[in-house]
Amino acid sequence: MAPEITASVEHGRTGHGGSPHPRVGVVKFASCDGCQLTILDLEDRLLEITEHFEIIDFPEASSSRSSGPFDVLFIEGSVSTPDHLRRIGELRKQTRVLATIGACATSGGIQALRNWADHDAYRSAVYPRPEFVESLARSTPISEHVPVDFELRGCPISPDQLVELLTALATGRRPQLRDEAVCMECKRRGVVCVMSAQGMPCLGQVTQTGCGAICPRMGRGCYGCFGPREQANAAGLARYLQASGDRSAEDVGQLFAGFTAYAEPFRSTITDLGGTRGARRSGGGGGGAAGRGGPGAAGRASYLPAKPRMEGFDDDGH
Amino acid sequence: MTATETATSERVYEVDELTRVEGEGSLVLRVHKGKVTEARLRIWEAPRYFEQLVVERTPDEVIDIVARICGICPVAYQMSAVHAFEDLFGIAVDPEVRTLRRLLYCGEWIESHALHIYLLHLPDFLGYESAIALAHDDRPAVERGLRMKKAGNEILATLGGRPIHPVSVRVGGFSRTPRRSDLEHLRAPLAAALEDARETVRLVRGLTAPDFEREPRMVALHHPDEYPYNRGHIQSTDGLDLRPSDWDRAFREVQMEGSMALHARTKEGATYLLGPASRIVLDGAQLHPVARELLAETGMADAIRTNIYWSILARAIELVHAIAEAIDIIDAYRPPIEARVAWASRPGVAAWSTEAPRGLLFHRYEVDERGRITAAQIVPPTSQNQGAIEDDLRLFAPSVLDLPDAEATLRLEQLIRSYDPCISCATHFLDVRILRD
Repeated sequence: MAPEITASVEHGRTGHGGSPHPRVGVVKFASCDGCQLTILDLEDRLLEITEHFEIIDFPEASSSRSSGPFDVLFIEGSVSTPDHLRRIGELRKQTRVLATIGACATSGGIQALRNWADHDAYRSAVYPRPEFVESLARSTPISEHVPVDFELRGCPISPDQLVELLTALATGRRPQLRDEAVCMECKRRGVVCVMSAQGMPCLGQVTQTGCGAICPRMGRGCYGCFGPREQANAAGLARYLQASGDRSAEDVGQLFAGFTAYAEPFRSTITDLGGTRGARRSGGGGGGAAGRGGPGAAGRASYLPAKPRMEGFDDDGH
Repeated sequence: MTATETATSERVYEVDELTRVEGEGSLVLRVHKGKVTEARLRIWEAPRYFEQLVVERTPDEVIDIVARICGICPVAYQMSAVHAFEDLFGIAVDPEVRTLRRLLYCGEWIESHALHIYLLHLPDFLGYESAIALAHDDRPAVERGLRMKKAGNEILATLGGRPIHPVSVRVGGFSRTPRRSDLEHLRAPLAAALEDARETVRLVRGLTAPDFEREPRMVALHHPDEYPYNRGHIQSTDGLDLRPSDWDRAFREVQMEGSMALHARTKEGATYLLGPASRIVLDGAQLHPVARELLAETGMADAIRTNIYWSILARAIELVHAIAEAIDIIDAYRPPIEARVAWASRPGVAAWSTEAPRGLLFHRYEVDERGRITAAQIVPPTSQNQGAIEDDLRLFAPSVLDLPDAEATLRLEQLIRSYDPCISCATHFLDVRILRD
């Protein structure tokens, strides 16, 4: 999934007016604003960054606007409305280097769960007068519509990966973004495996790193918000999770039906496991109402503290 | 922004895309013979159908999903949801878990208020297009804001793994709670942030706000013993008193034509104001003593009540409060005996309200016998404030109609930013246009 560099931005190459710095835009489509907030969350590095880039359009942070042309454009959010479809093509034409930031822009986001459902049923369930609501039946990643030069994964993106991309763009080199599983991050940090030690379902082995393995570090399984890593064997993990934990196909499907659900191979894994439960309920296709687990296969929602499978092992270190 | 004369000598002011707000929206103001005939905030944030996305999910999944409604205040969404479920399931969390959730909320208030004061709102008062432009002339001020923001984010990252969409909040407690030593590194940045917040109160007290007086109906949680985050009663300046689960006994939602937003009104159809100004008015006695004293020193409690532009001062006072309380919590912290207590779901309606940085946030979930969600209603603060914003626009606009169009529009945008509208949050919610004679 790692995109090839198709363009690079260097000082003095912009050719748009006075500033020698790359002209940068930050825009959004369907999203929570969390990924562009990550730019402002760079805090002690933020003002330094503004010395290397000329931010010409960033409506969340500035009243000064521009419609391009952009040397670098960061896009947050998924393509989700007819207006988005019109805007994305125009923005691509105005942009030399297009970088998508976050799970919505790179995979369609949590709102892509509607792609398994009946869109009209969703619309009228939320809005009393759905005729005023403009949205597309599917929420899709930017790359489904225009060529993308770089992508930062995550829900939200990692500030360190953002700085790496900005540094690479400012100096005209290739960004060093790791494509490896969250499991590798756990091993490096000495985090005890929550799946093998406590039997918790965890998507770490099929999910790209970048978060710093925060879920296992916080005592829970990875929920895949950085999306599938290259050649992830999601179907294999799904089979293992069904067999090892006595979980229904439907329950395992739900584990993949999160913030990067529409990215392959998570997408086909969910469909193979019977689609999403919410979609079936709203009357959508959902990959077929006859999911192998079937509603009610699992018991009542509850929580009981897990008993560690390995004796004498306490990852709190005490 | 554009101002146009129409054939009927009506004047229309438009701000097609409001800036320095979270999300996408616009303002339309229609003026006929010097009178405002229409004031409308429009949201064109793409609908994301969260209330459907949570259907058939389990309570813990809901906590992860609803955080994604808003990248600026994910904790608020997690808190309203987790309290709703714990209330329905009869779960009593460890008292230290409750304290840690207050600390988590302190972190989000610090991050959100510092962001809004310095990066979104202060440039209006000082005549800059952005904080980045302001930093060219007053870098220390912007750095002060960013320092406080960072201190808030560090609390969130320590308790939840990361500042945006933290991962540790679970029904029954936390997936992991920190040791005393894990909180130690927060102490020094928070002590510095408390000084920065005092300086912020001095700075914003010295600003000049446009003259504007009105008496809005104000609504906030109120608790006799604490400044409200996640418990207390829903109270109002006109005598309302409800459990946090009972929002829908006094309020309802209506979809406005031409908008993706559902607006909230009282059952009688009246508008009301949420957020820092309302909390200062209804809960001023519960502020941390350090913040309460500073508020008294400013002598501005009444101005905060009647002039929404002074919400920036209310926010600064709350910034002091949240930092001071965070320090107190860290100093007294003992790890809970049980990070997460065992629980089992029961069917029924799970509902709760907590105080997001920008106001009361109500969640309601119908839960079936398997513990799965069958229906959801999420009422963010901005959709509740929208009626009050439009009322204030109608009231305020005549005072700027003699100004040049660009300046008039700027004043109107500044008014809107005073509410800290979070449009991304419009699960179901801004363009400025002025149409005038």
